[in-house]
Amino acid sequence: MNTAHAASEGIAIHLSAPVLGHFFGIPLTATLLTTWVMIALLLVFAIVAKRRLAMVPSKTQVAVELFVGGAFDYVADALEDRELAKRFFPLIMSIFVFIFALNVIALLPGVDALGMWKIEDGLSEFVPFLHSANTDLNIPIALALIAFFTVEVTGIAFLGVWKYGSKFINFASPLAFVIGIIELFSELARLVSFSFRLFGNIFAGKTLILIAIFFVPFILPVPILAFELFVGFIQAFIFAVLTLFFIKLAIAEPEHH
Amino acid sequence: MDIEAIKVLGMALAVGLGMIGPGIGIGILVSKALEAIGRNPEVSGRIQTNMFIGIAFTEALAIFAIVVGFIIRFG
Repeated sequence: MNTAHAASEGIAIHLSAPVLGHFFGIPLTATLLTTWVMIALLLVFAIVAKRRLAMVPSKTQVAVELFVGGAFDYVADALEDRELAKRFFPLIMSIFVFIFALNVIALLPGVDALGMWKIEDGLSEFVPFLHSANTDLNIPIALALIAFFTVEVTGIAFLGVWKYGSKFINFASPLAFVIGIIELFSELARLVSFSFRLFGNIFAGKTLILIAIFFVPFILPVPILAFELFVGFIQAFIFAVLTLFFIKLAIAEPEHH
Repeated sequence: MDIEAIKVLGMALAVGLGMIGPGIGIGILVSKALEAIGRNPEVSGRIQTNMFIGIAFTEALAIFAIVVGFIIRFG
């Protein structure tokens, strides 16, 4: 979209993702490749971890079990129903693990260093193979769409089209109508806030690290990296927990005014 | 002033002014949460989670400001 130069020597901050090539006219970006690599890594981890499951658990297994069990209890607590929690837990946990893993892998040194030189318009430009996935707005939007449609479909499945629709379009009284319309807009605004929250936080963090490394290459980037790790965790957590709470709101009975 | 300059100014104003409200809001939110934790440290875990969720909602307003800024700048 645009390029901003922070200094004349050029730290280039790109809003658009680096494009590796085209596949039937669809641009294949480094961020897309990163998500694929991450999906493959998570799959391999899941398969290996499943094979190694033992009745007498190893230390790693205990740690993972504690983590997953704690998360499940949290979801069951929020939904106040263990059966419901069993249904939604896989999705919510996947969202959390996927976003967190993407944010962590982006902070690893060397992720942006592997790449190739590409010649475009007579200028040779370095294109990394892997790039922080959430700095590409398309990926947060994709995740936000998944969360959004899950919430809406859940609401319709649990309450039925008419009852769920009456939360938004309600002719019972003028006040109810206005409230319904406001609800409808805030429902749609979630798409924006979901995606831009993740994108904005991760993109700002990436830019902050880049600028810190450019001006003070030693020591200063270390606490910033640690902070970005924390931000990556919090953003993944927020994304998953908000999905959970919106599901909870969607399956709640509409109030009658 | 040409249109580009006005666009840049508009973006800066939209984002800058839009950040004031959420900034105050998050300040109040965290201060109250910390007060609550100070008074009742046993439930600090739950207070923190609710605090983060509240922050996420408040932050959404700031995010809208940024989105509007982007629309002004690039739209």
